[in-house]
Amino acid sequence: MKISRVGASVAAATALVLGLSACSNNQAATPNSSASASTGNLTGTLSGGGASSQESAMTSWIDGFKAVQPGLTVQYNPVGSGAGRKGFLEGQYMFAGSDSAMSTDEWTKSKSICGPDGAFQVPAYISPIAVAYNLPSVKENIKMDADTIAKVFNGSIKKWNDPAIASQNAGVTLPATNITPVHRADESGTTKNFTDYLSNAAKTAWPQKAAEAWPSGYAGESAQQTTGVVSLAKSTEGSIVYADASAVGDLGTVAVKVGDNYEKYTPEAAAKTVASAKKIGGMAPQDMGVKIDRTSTEAGTYPIVLVSYHIYCTTYKDQATADNAKAFGKYVLSAQGQKTAADAAGSAPISGDTEKEALAAIDTIKVA
Amino acid sequence: MSETTVTPPETRNKLTGGGSAGRAGDKIFSGLTLAAGILIFVVLAVVSLFLVLEALPAMTAAPDQITSHQSFWSYVAPLVVGTLIASAIALVVATPIAIGVALFISHYAPARISRTVGYVVDLLAAIPSVVYGAWGYLVFGPALVPGYKWLHENLGFIPVFGQPSATGRTLLTASLVLSVMILPIITAQCREIFIQTPSLHQEAALALGATKWDMIRAAVFPFARNGIISAIMLGLGRALGETMAVTLVLSAGALTPNLIGVGNNTIPAEIALNFPEAFGMRQSELIAAGLILFVITLLVNMLARWIVSRYSEFSGAN
Repeated sequence: MKISRVGASVAAATALVLGLSACSNNQAATPNSSASASTGNLTGTLSGGGASSQESAMTSWIDGFKAVQPGLTVQYNPVGSGAGRKGFLEGQYMFAGSDSAMSTDEWTKSKSICGPDGAFQVPAYISPIAVAYNLPSVKENIKMDADTIAKVFNGSIKKWNDPAIASQNAGVTLPATNITPVHRADESGTTKNFTDYLSNAAKTAWPQKAAEAWPSGYAGESAQQTTGVVSLAKSTEGSIVYADASAVGDLGTVAVKVGDNYEKYTPEAAAKTVASAKKIGGMAPQDMGVKIDRTSTEAGTYPIVLVSYHIYCTTYKDQATADNAKAFGKYVLSAQGQKTAADAAGSAPISGDTEKEALAAIDTIKVA
Repeated sequence: MSETTVTPPETRNKLTGGGSAGRAGDKIFSGLTLAAGILIFVVLAVVSLFLVLEALPAMTAAPDQITSHQSFWSYVAPLVVGTLIASAIALVVATPIAIGVALFISHYAPARISRTVGYVVDLLAAIPSVVYGAWGYLVFGPALVPGYKWLHENLGFIPVFGQPSATGRTLLTASLVLSVMILPIITAQCREIFIQTPSLHQEAALALGATKWDMIRAAVFPFARNGIISAIMLGLGRALGETMAVTLVLSAGALTPNLIGVGNNTIPAEIALNFPEAFGMRQSELIAAGLILFVITLLVNMLARWIVSRYSEFSGAN
């Protein structure tokens, strides 16, 4: 049973790697050939799995990492955050990618494969979630507070020129178009972070708890995946949608009220939000799982942010895996790795103290 | 004819008196058919066993263990209703058109035209469902929006014509796309049956002074009744299980009687949307929903068999 499952996952991973290398050949050929001579000597395979939100960033990391460590193959299976954490806890993956932080339960379980300190997580991929709209006549960023956003998405504000929106946008001519809210039809980390923002920052207008599935009581148009909702929004005038900021293209975006100001999404603001967020705590000492404060009033932060983690063991059973995990973890968090992901996936680069702390955490990976 | 009468005696011996070799061939062939018959049962049994085993945790779980924090049955009931509504509308729209097209091909059109029409209809069946889906949400859905607005303005007092969708991504659009998809299946099957109507029956009806329409009612339809029903069942099977087209066309949401607004969902679309990242209990819930669909399909087929058996005296044997 065990053997057949390992065999199956190896086969799947091989197919994935073949697929990825086929995609990446043309882009990575030049840096590869020039860099390989002067670089690392690690060998083997590091396999991980988890959040599909990280997929395009992960592809760029795997490509870039190949230039640094040509002998080491990294595989990533985008099976979803939950399945990734489960596979990691069962020893199927050496690291996991996850849109939500591990629970304390999961951390306790991880002790059986990761030594007495269990597993730990570092933020690897930060993506601001934009609230975007399709109103060709409006050139400015429309300003909204959390309450207004919640009411738009729960259907109680029906027109773009509703007084609730107009009062926050003096000087902007808002059309009388009907608002068509668009949400994800599939379950997703983006929805979870967006509804987490609404349920914390607009408690009365959004009494629902944060969840990966859109609350069924709130109707609205829906489509599959980020590309689906964005293309639906682009083809529907008057629509409003939440989606990874990198994917919204030429749609207008909402400036969200933080404190007394309205903040547009920027990579810097998203990174600052994560840097100022509180740690969850109660797990491994180097754990960097955070709880984002959606109601923060700190200027320059943007509250609707998706943080995706990489989960590693504090202690691996063999030297090779520990070295490989450490090398890959460091590459992902390095300025170069974060820039690669920002270019490929539009994520917000992790920098400053957060980056230092995360690199230090990766450095503590050791062998039993 | 004359050739068969002068068949050399050796060949006759080969056919009739093949000896042990002939009997062995007979046994092998009957064994092969038996194996094929058993195989289909084994496959069905293994699939249902898998479904039941994987579905059990979700079906027996307490409501708070289910992802949507309600009992599994209240989670799956709206999906079942949505699936049945979509398939029923698709059938109601597609069946009369399909029978009409089939009759046109078999009895009305001149030979050359009927061949072309038949060919085009067969071609429709070969289009992959994702293409129908893309057509549905890019072209067909938006084109229906003015119609939906009109329906809401003029017939809005009927609950099924509630607040219209701005994008046309509704259950009615999905049902209409489904009806286009099942049209060629029903047409092809009906056409084959209509063509096989004994010409003696038809000529007798005409000789008694029947018009062409009288003849079709008196000779073709009674002969073809079983065939039409099984054609509809084939179409229904496709409509019940269609995944991709519905997923692409429908703005899925909670169950609502409003067919021209957002909301509603079908079992296959729900599975397709959420299976890729599901694990643990969620995966089990989705497989259990699949099992329900499996049972529905089985029941529908049994019902169809029963209807067919009631009318067996009309079968074409006479």
